[in-house]
Amino acid sequence: MLVLEKNNLTEEIELFASQYDFHRTALMPLLEYIQEKYHHIPDFAQQEVARVLDIHPVEVYGVISFYSFLNDQPKGRNIVRLCRTIICDMAGKCQIEQAIERELGLKFGETSKDQKITLEFTNCLGMCDQGPAMIVNDRVYTKLDPEKACAILKEIK
Amino acid sequence: MHNDIVNTIHESSLLFSNYEAGSGIKKALEMGRDDILFELKASKLKGRGGAGFPTSTKWMLVAAATGADKFIICNADEGEPGTFKDRVLLMNAPFLILDGMVVGGYTVGAAHGYIYLRGEYVYMRQFLEDCLNEMREKNLLGNNICGKEGFNFDISIVMGAGAYVCGEETALIESLEGQRGEPRNRPPYPVNTGLCGAPTTVNNVETLAAVPHIILMGGEKYAERGTSASSGSKLFSISGDCEKPGVYELNWGITINELLAKVGAYNTKAVQVGGASGICIPKSKFDRKLAYEDVATGGSIMIFNESRKMLHVLKNFMEFFVEESCGQCTPCRIGNQKLLEGVEMIEKNQYTFAHINNLKELGETMKVASKCGLGQSSPNPFLSILEDFKEEIFHAKSDGVYK
Repeated sequence: MLVLEKNNLTEEIELFASQYDFHRTALMPLLEYIQEKYHHIPDFAQQEVARVLDIHPVEVYGVISFYSFLNDQPKGRNIVRLCRTIICDMAGKCQIEQAIERELGLKFGETSKDQKITLEFTNCLGMCDQGPAMIVNDRVYTKLDPEKACAILKEIK
Repeated sequence: MHNDIVNTIHESSLLFSNYEAGSGIKKALEMGRDDILFELKASKLKGRGGAGFPTSTKWMLVAAATGADKFIICNADEGEPGTFKDRVLLMNAPFLILDGMVVGGYTVGAAHGYIYLRGEYVYMRQFLEDCLNEMREKNLLGNNICGKEGFNFDISIVMGAGAYVCGEETALIESLEGQRGEPRNRPPYPVNTGLCGAPTTVNNVETLAAVPHIILMGGEKYAERGTSASSGSKLFSISGDCEKPGVYELNWGITINELLAKVGAYNTKAVQVGGASGICIPKSKFDRKLAYEDVATGGSIMIFNESRKMLHVLKNFMEFFVEESCGQCTPCRIGNQKLLEGVEMIEKNQYTFAHINNLKELGETMKVASKCGLGQSSPNPFLSILEDFKEEIFHAKSDGVYK
């Protein structure tokens, strides 16, 4: 990270935390904000967050490691989460999983080399009446079939 | 919302019926706080998240608690596999829930409410923020709501980040405070020591949605529905092997057979009631009733037909629990792993009955020794599926192929 970027990040963190009077309740929204913008929460950001909220950096890391939507290692710009819970599984999740893996040449749990895409499984998305379902970034896709799923992922930039 | 989500509501007698936004608040503000609690008590409304704690008692405890700050939290961390009623409620009847929170705030004396929305539902966030702004414009939120001097209340939305255990109320509070979502010991209960140590009520989305209707129609009228111990109606999320999956609002006390007929399920072998942490009901027990006094449920109904392998279903559930256990207490963290290993042994035909019986005992131990509802209920599918489907799992005749 360049010095300039670091300074920017520090400013952003301070501005964000000031809306919460630098109270610890700012932690989750703040981490979610950094995650969304940088696709991960780098070490430097963790330390700055800890400094601004006056807590130990390990506390910040502990929170990041607990939640599956927060991560300290870089992930792809687009995160694909395919529901693996039983109802979507019965509706044909495995066929979609295999089709996507073949199409992208990427296994679930991996990130593409160009950092474009990360494939993950997730637990119930609350779409059991219209499965199989997946969520790409913030958008939900339902009633997937292998062809449709691959077409959706082709569109991603 | 640019999504291909279709909200299918097949039957609705109350919650999705016409409701004029704000009318519940206006009526409630004309009533005294005690009158509201009285109506709630008469309605016999119980928590719709699955645990079934009487809502009037919860609110009464928070109303009676002393403290400068009090909070009301809407638990929209709907993570139980097979449940999607809160999604449909939040998208189709948001004002019902928000009005319920305002009434709750007024009743217990809270000045702030939080909606803890699960990370997977982030696409709803802007929509809900717009709803909140609309309410602020109409003075249904803010200072001196509807001209009621001294009643100030506002709601903010906080996003979860993909942790199932945060649906447990104390874990949810921890998460709101910016901590790992690890459940606390109870007691003290959140009604005394909740968010930031202040008295807090945590209610399910559906519970809050019922409140404005109870205020408008009166508690006794509401209690006419359902059975004596389980009053009112319930949203059921139906999924799996049936013709008409979706949300059904039905009165408590309906039997599983009646439900299956309604949703067009044929050749049904088993019904998992209450999500992954619920119990699996075999065909022979389909005359059991869905009610707090018989089969209690947060609304998740998953239907499996004859072609499904119950061991595969069980494995999926146990993988879910291994992944979602917060890891704080040993019975849950290690117990779920051991149960999953047991299922895999059965799958590979490498089990002994002595070991399986040990695992069943372990399951019983987890039920009493785990710290929160996750570990206390995660052995449920293991115990009920291995018991009720032992013929299929252990006695099935070989198909001639040695596996």
